[in-house]
Amino acid sequence: MSPAERSQRWRASLLWAWALSVVVFMYLPALCLLLASSTASRYFIFPITRWGFDWWEKTFDSIQIRELFKTSISIALIVTVIAVVIGFFGALAFARYDWKGRSLYQKLVLLPIFFPQSVLGLALLLWFNAIGLPLSWKSAVFAHLVWIVPVVTLVISIQVYSFDPALEEAAFDLGATRWQVMKEVTLPVLFPGLFSGALFAFLLSWGNFPLSLFTTGADTTVPEYLYAKMVAGYTPGVPVLGTVSTITAAVLLLGGYGLITLRRRARLK
Amino acid sequence: MAEISAHETVSGQLPAAKPAAWRLGPGRANAVPIILFLLIGFAAPLLAVIGYSFMPPRTFGLWQTPTLENYVSVFTGTSYISFLWSLGLGAATVLLLAVICYPVAYGLARVFGRWSTLLTLLFTIPLFVSENVRIYGWILFFIKNGVLLGTFKAWFGVEPESWLFTQGIIVLGMVYVYLPFMLFPMTLGVSMVPKETRDAAFDLGATRWQVFKEVDLPLSMPGIVIGFLLSFVLAVGAIAEAKVLGGQKVIPITHDIEIAFTYSQNWPLGSALAVLLMLVVGALVLLVLRRFDLDTILGRR
Repeated sequence: MSPAERSQRWRASLLWAWALSVVVFMYLPALCLLLASSTASRYFIFPITRWGFDWWEKTFDSIQIRELFKTSISIALIVTVIAVVIGFFGALAFARYDWKGRSLYQKLVLLPIFFPQSVLGLALLLWFNAIGLPLSWKSAVFAHLVWIVPVVTLVISIQVYSFDPALEEAAFDLGATRWQVMKEVTLPVLFPGLFSGALFAFLLSWGNFPLSLFTTGADTTVPEYLYAKMVAGYTPGVPVLGTVSTITAAVLLLGGYGLITLRRRARLK
Repeated sequence: MAEISAHETVSGQLPAAKPAAWRLGPGRANAVPIILFLLIGFAAPLLAVIGYSFMPPRTFGLWQTPTLENYVSVFTGTSYISFLWSLGLGAATVLLLAVICYPVAYGLARVFGRWSTLLTLLFTIPLFVSENVRIYGWILFFIKNGVLLGTFKAWFGVEPESWLFTQGIIVLGMVYVYLPFMLFPMTLGVSMVPKETRDAAFDLGATRWQVFKEVDLPLSMPGIVIGFLLSFVLAVGAIAEAKVLGGQKVIPITHDIEIAFTYSQNWPLGSALAVLLMLVVGALVLLVLRRFDLDTILGRR
């Protein structure tokens, strides 16, 4: 091994060590939640002396928790569908077509992502109040969309950038109708982007707290419930639900990515 | 609408039934839904906030005689302290993130190869867990008898003071929460540097430091600046870190705003504070974004 190669290796392993420590840093809180959820005692004392999963059982037997899940999942599903539809067209305008004003459009569409969500939540509260809209999980759907539609548009746009418009033109030349081109060319080619957009929409809505806080009215989502419990005092139900959230996100993302990879491989064959 | 726009190349066949969409052109036609939505969902609420900020204090209607009273009380009061805290905490977070993320971004773009995808996914997953749940994980880590101090006690028999409820822990929480927002744009930026340019610089006898300073840094600047902007703006708008981890020792501006809306029931005052925060954030975002061509950063065309 030459000295140059050795120093290259050495640098690479340093980079690896650094990156892996950052990964550990990112998952340390999740690990703490997992530990706290698997203790049998009412209070969390480390090192754990009595392990047990009683709190998992108790949490999932609760009817209230099931209601929370229902609310959160309904909001997230509706948000996903609407955000992907609006985001799809938004992304075509963002990255597919050249038009006057596009550069300004790109920046304005991204503006909500850069906006502090707590302030956005309050602004929406004022707006709903001003137009007399009653607050419920439905107004929360709207609030989530304000932040999530731009994110989804951005995610789909990245896929659209790599889309070759010549494909559509070729299909038209071969006599395909508009609907056929959409169904047979545009949508399949953009599918990975739409899929990631949908995943992002669902998960961001599922985990959102600041927008829900001001806009759900009497309904409660899982993050809101968790916050209320955290502020009111410790209950092991909080780490249980926190762990469930983390695992759900991990399974959906890793599973979703696995699916896309498999699909791509199957296509290449 | 996309179907219409897809027709752009064969516009001669466009049915006369959709003249409006045609006049807009395909790009604009596709932009219509999102623009309409953001007008109702983003622009209008912001206008509502601006409107409320001119209403008499402690009122809840939007149709009264406008007054500047709220702004006067903001500028004569102590809110500037909260503003300074927010900006200071945000700046500290961004600087730390830059140092932490650059090596990781470099590795993701150049060194880790096919492992980059898995690592990127690992960095993405926490984004989808509610922020306050993850912050709560840090509480379990740092609290008395928690994971850190409990271990310390079991091994060494002494228990040091908990670090919770200090300014340092607030910054740690923000660094943790906003890390992906710095890392991902930075990685995009680093991968924008062509390998040939670096090789050429090395061949011409440049040192590592020179290549970093003269090639890597300037060419990856767009991604780095967007990472700075994104994490700074989000950190300035943060509220949970200071509230939960900081034990309300420090009151950032967002907390002031929330207090005005909830405990003091003074919507107009809260709105005035929110307007000022929006001005700072909005100006910063537009000023920075104006200098970039998003197509080059995102599409790399």
